[in-house]
Amino acid sequence: MTTNKKPITVAVTGLNAIDSPGPGIPVIRGLRESEEFDVRIIGLSYEALEPGLYMHDLVDKSYQIPYPSSGMDSLMTRLEYINSIEHLDLIIPNFDAELFNFIKLSERLEKEMGIKTFMPTIEQFEERHKANLNDFGDKHGIKVPKSKIIFSSAEIFSLKEEFSYPLVVKGKFYDASIAYSPEQAVTQFNKISAKWGLPIIIQEFVHGQEVNVTALGDGKGTLIGAVAMRKTYITDKGKAWAGISIKDDNLMDMTKRVVESSHWKGGLELEIIKTSNNDYYLLEINPRFPAWVYLAVGCGQNHPEALMKMAAGETVEPFGDYDSGKMFVRYSYDMIVGLEEFEKISTSGEL
Amino acid sequence: MKIKKNIALSDSGFVFDPSSGDSFSTNPIGLEIIKLCKEGKSIENIKNELLSKYMTDETTLEKDIYDFFQMLVKLNVAEEIKEEN
Repeated sequence: MTTNKKPITVAVTGLNAIDSPGPGIPVIRGLRESEEFDVRIIGLSYEALEPGLYMHDLVDKSYQIPYPSSGMDSLMTRLEYINSIEHLDLIIPNFDAELFNFIKLSERLEKEMGIKTFMPTIEQFEERHKANLNDFGDKHGIKVPKSKIIFSSAEIFSLKEEFSYPLVVKGKFYDASIAYSPEQAVTQFNKISAKWGLPIIIQEFVHGQEVNVTALGDGKGTLIGAVAMRKTYITDKGKAWAGISIKDDNLMDMTKRVVESSHWKGGLELEIIKTSNNDYYLLEINPRFPAWVYLAVGCGQNHPEALMKMAAGETVEPFGDYDSGKMFVRYSYDMIVGLEEFEKISTSGEL
Repeated sequence: MKIKKNIALSDSGFVFDPSSGDSFSTNPIGLEIIKLCKEGKSIENIKNELLSKYMTDETTLEKDIYDFFQMLVKLNVAEEIKEEN
């Protein structure tokens, strides 16, 4: 069968379609629905049991890549090898923890191998960091719960004058827990820092309804698209297992302000609390698409495809409206996988 | 009493608030009341219309309508406005 679609090879990370899912698979689904590009997907994984590795209808070929802690050089060496076989056009990284390395390498990737990326700058990436969110809020005129970075659990007992309980204890990349006493905060500090390292962020607890926005900025101050969602079923890890698209002008205004004033480039997710007084507090900015980004596609805004087009140098007009009242419902599904596949990815790092 | 402008209402009595994502189900009488309210009818008009249609006494109906409206306000489906009778 012939197609008029332009061929493109895109490498995507975040193939961990598990109970705390990475955004890779929904991003790939969006890319595959492109009417303009014939997409070949190269999966980049960290572990041999990331389900996306075995989803051959979505992922054409996969390669293991080194953990972010291995540093930029080993990542670059691995990408050089992968590119020598696959001739990548674009890489879409989907993990917070790996973004720093990819952003730092983006210039070299394009210059030395011709591989495009479409990510925030290192300044945008650092500015929106949980630890810097208060300054971000002040700079861009957005309400943010008061927060403080701490490096030792001993600091928790001196927080009494600045924070009242409950408060939220947050990891630098992932995890957050509500603490109702200093003792609970110390326990959470130890638990989260053991998993994600230091620092830990202490944040004022704001009571209200959590809502999320997935969005895309063109890097020049234009919001290309944004879809808001409310979680309707939450797992014990706090992840959305089901959600519904909602329409709220205040959420769109906040998203527009964030993207326009920061000139955000790439995908992002805003986590926002709406209080009973109709105040909106920005809790977090995740510097990549969320795992529920396929809901945006279902609502009429294919953000992954728009990112791919912009990375390819095309001008993309901002999306208009989107459908509210569309739901996503996740499900678990057992794939039967031959041991030889697991053996192949485990031993050769390719599948 | 005013049903919020963006509230979506289906013929089966399914009520959806697109700004919060909340959804509710109401029975046929509730659906009828919301529809009349959406048409801009006052509580007095709604009461009279229902009285002419159903076998009930005015006091019970009035109480039920007010209870129902209070619930709609609490659920953010409707907002109170001062009615001029």
